[in-house]
Amino acid sequence: MAQDSYPEELLYHPEHDWARIDDEQGHATLGITWFAQDALGEVVFFDPPAIGTTLTKDSSYAEIESVKAVSDVIAPLSGEIVEVNGGLSENPELVNEDPYGEGWLVKVRMSDASERGQLLDAAAYRATLAG
Amino acid sequence: MPTAPSLLQRTPLYDRHVAAGGRLVEFAGWEMPVQYTGVTAEHLAVRESCGVFDVSHMGEIETSGPQAAQLLQRLLSNDVSAIGFDERTGEGVAQYALLCRDDGGVIDDLITYRLGHERFLTVTNAANHRRDLEWFQEQARAYPDARVSDAAASFAMLAVQGPAARGIVERLGSEPLPARMRAGERTLAGVHSLVCGTGYTGEDGVELMCAPQDAGALWDGLLERGAVPAGLGARDTLRIEACLPLYGNELTLEREPIEAGLGWACKEHTGFIGADAVERARRDPPAEQLVAFVVDGQGIARAGNPVEGGGEVTSGTHSPSLGGAIGMAYVPRARAGDGSRLQIDVRGKMRAAVVRPKPLYRKG
Repeated sequence: MAQDSYPEELLYHPEHDWARIDDEQGHATLGITWFAQDALGEVVFFDPPAIGTTLTKDSSYAEIESVKAVSDVIAPLSGEIVEVNGGLSENPELVNEDPYGEGWLVKVRMSDASERGQLLDAAAYRATLAG
Repeated sequence: MPTAPSLLQRTPLYDRHVAAGGRLVEFAGWEMPVQYTGVTAEHLAVRESCGVFDVSHMGEIETSGPQAAQLLQRLLSNDVSAIGFDERTGEGVAQYALLCRDDGGVIDDLITYRLGHERFLTVTNAANHRRDLEWFQEQARAYPDARVSDAAASFAMLAVQGPAARGIVERLGSEPLPARMRAGERTLAGVHSLVCGTGYTGEDGVELMCAPQDAGALWDGLLERGAVPAGLGARDTLRIEACLPLYGNELTLEREPIEAGLGWACKEHTGFIGADAVERARRDPPAEQLVAFVVDGQGIARAGNPVEGGGEVTSGTHSPSLGGAIGMAYVPRARAGDGSRLQIDVRGKMRAAVVRPKPLYRKG
């Protein structure tokens, strides 16, 4: 998508990741923001971690590669990976085209529901970009 | 530490890059566009039609006077006596060469154009320009009838590359363009330009040099006729596919020309500085050799990734024209043959790669 966009229903991490809380059992979907994909340029490879891998909030859990560079993906929440977006192995450009939809990266089972409160809403995340 | 933005130099086309949506980044002390619409689109524009790169950050050194050719013969690895000049057409030869230390270590790689009977212009890499100039001046002390001057501020430079490049440039003027590896003066879009049949993409095309204040008119004329602005990102993917070396990656002070596969640009009989070291390296080949590789499977090997059993990747990227990941690496000679299998340590994961003949991409 060409125009910047930060959906209201998502939670944001200042390292340019988003989380969508999927249900009350603590499942969440994670991805990178419009800003992150735009800065990276065309994504050509996402190397997902194995299902069952433990994520620690604020730590890198995967790498994403564009034509230009490789970048760490930071976990906005702690938890365990329950699913990875297999569609990205064939079509990594989905991360650019639809970063909040088809371009999601992993689904997790959160290990600490209280971490949600530490994330930013869309307005607060936008404010970090304005600087 | 990154240079503060205010200290970065800007080319005369800076405002046009901003207007074209260019994303500007620091490169060798300059603020340069890394991309406009996207690396892949710009890369493919060069492969399929025509892209234009602002390469005004590159430096120029002018060498002139009765001993100019003698001085250059001492400095440059190639045979400067082969850089002819046709007085009738006013066209001179362009020649690639290395600038070496006495031990063969590469100071820079350069293209030298002959502008007249006793006038040569050498294009330097931006990051090396100051060091090259000092080296030229130091060696020039032994040649009192040769003058070396810094011409970097006198020129803007545009690389117009791709199968449609020559046609587009030709339509800005009224004469045919110099052939490949030739340079001559033309008036293009009303701008007095030096047109050089050279490039860094593996495609046909020309490089244009003009006065900085005229660069805008030239740029605008090229865009009006369909040239697509292309940034440093595409310049890198194009040159890696074509297996053209980049100083600081494939070429360093610690490597001599033979291991970099540039023996063709070295003519030891001329007695250039470093000729003895190059001659020794030809006789007794160095332990490692620069190869091109294709990653077999997933992952992208990048510069600095170690190769199992010795050596390391010097450049690596996703290849827009070939698909998949490609690169160049120094590897032990025993592993340098076509088809040789490599294991590359990509940030802790071993990735398989296969050595392939250079260049990986050859224009159709």
